[in-house]
Amino acid sequence: MTGDDDKHLPLEDIHRAAGARFGAFAGWSMPLTYPAGVMKEHLHTREGAGLFDISHMKLFEVSGPEAVALLNRACPLDAGALEISQSKLTFFLGEKGGILDDLIVTRLGDTRFMVVANAGNAVADEKHLRGLATGFDAKVEPLDRVFLAIQGPEAWAALSRAGIETGSLLFMHGVEPRKDWFMSRSGYTGEDGFEIGLPEADARDLVAKLLEDERVLWIGLAARDSLRLEAGLCLHGQDITPETDPAAAALMWAIPKEIRASGTFIGADALRAAVERGPARKRVGLKPEGRQPVRAGAALFDADGKPAGHVTSGGFGPSAGHPVAMGYVSTSLAKPGTRVFADVRGTKIPVEISSLPFTPHRYRKG
Amino acid sequence: MATTYFTSDHEWLRVEGGIATVGITDYAQEQLGDLVFVELPETGKKLAKGDTAVVVESVKAASDVYAPVDGEITEANGTLSSDPSLVNSAATGAGWLWKMKLADESQLAGLMDEAAYKAHIA
Repeated sequence: MTGDDDKHLPLEDIHRAAGARFGAFAGWSMPLTYPAGVMKEHLHTREGAGLFDISHMKLFEVSGPEAVALLNRACPLDAGALEISQSKLTFFLGEKGGILDDLIVTRLGDTRFMVVANAGNAVADEKHLRGLATGFDAKVEPLDRVFLAIQGPEAWAALSRAGIETGSLLFMHGVEPRKDWFMSRSGYTGEDGFEIGLPEADARDLVAKLLEDERVLWIGLAARDSLRLEAGLCLHGQDITPETDPAAAALMWAIPKEIRASGTFIGADALRAAVERGPARKRVGLKPEGRQPVRAGAALFDADGKPAGHVTSGGFGPSAGHPVAMGYVSTSLAKPGTRVFADVRGTKIPVEISSLPFTPHRYRKG
Repeated sequence: MATTYFTSDHEWLRVEGGIATVGITDYAQEQLGDLVFVELPETGKKLAKGDTAVVVESVKAASDVYAPVDGEITEANGTLSSDPSLVNSAATGAGWLWKMKLADESQLAGLMDEAAYKAHIA
């Protein structure tokens, strides 16, 4: 169901023609599934090339003589250390160290960066970044783009056939191949793939070319969710929230060591204190025994029946072939192999703490 | 001879000799998408109309299937434990969910026939 207030994708007509079933997500009316169905869409992405419309996500260009300083204040990031075209996962943190949003920052030039933000937080992110920018000689410009992701082992070949050479672009790097285009080798499925922000007219051309290729199939938000969950990737608002800090979320790897020690980003003091204390709970992978999925919100218990944490995302992993989930447990229970129990409608389902991802990442790193 | 009834919750019942075989309609399975798990009821369980009888789980979500009438479970479709996708591929046949002994056959009068159900989903 979608409400009247939901925003509509610029390419909605194409999705309708493709037979998409729509649903509301983060204030947008989004294609949830196409006629192939979530299972086939998911598996196709891991075997061929899946095309996703992710125009609900927001691109911002941050530029100016103090763009580096602005980003270093806004994020636990050493923006000046990024090479041109290098991308990095980072965050906006609150004063208490909680994750306001997770972002991908790419250095486009000496004083120009691309920031990709989540749909649900885009408005707040823009306000936050613009507010901070008043203290710096830097400008924040939201871009009006269609944003597409093409993911899977055949993604590069399908793009090549459509006239887009991805050549030497490596995972977590982004470039501007054409005027008003931004293309990065990244994604949220665990597969090799690309995200391309581009003007609507160009997007219509590109989509038409891509869909001529039988290796390419539209993939909806339902499969996007099962793909990212198998890949162990967090959904902001579920697996990471303003109440979780990067230490508890097991995302400290995204914060460079020097920055942890001496960074002056918002939330730095709180995060240092949290790291010092050690997180009381940790984000972990959860593998339910048997076939029954364990879903977001389910409470977890230890072997003695004491509260142990909760599930933040859960469902079935079509490639894994079993239910998959992630959530938070007390640090003492976070070791892979530990058995906890999830309450599903009154039944206790045994769940094993599992390392993430559930399906190996297949990024093109070089 | 068996008579088939439908509910506004997109279930079908095939009634013969006081026993109803219950499943979800093709329309319902299409809405739910690929099923990955079916939580089946125990034989002998007594249900009142509107009680949750079965939970069907798709990749994305869990949905309740309600007892359309009062009765007692006489059999659950155990095949679904190993192949829940039967509900998608054969919703009104091999993908049936459970059988129940009707407590009050007069409740059937409140259900739809196939023509009425088709109009309901049109």
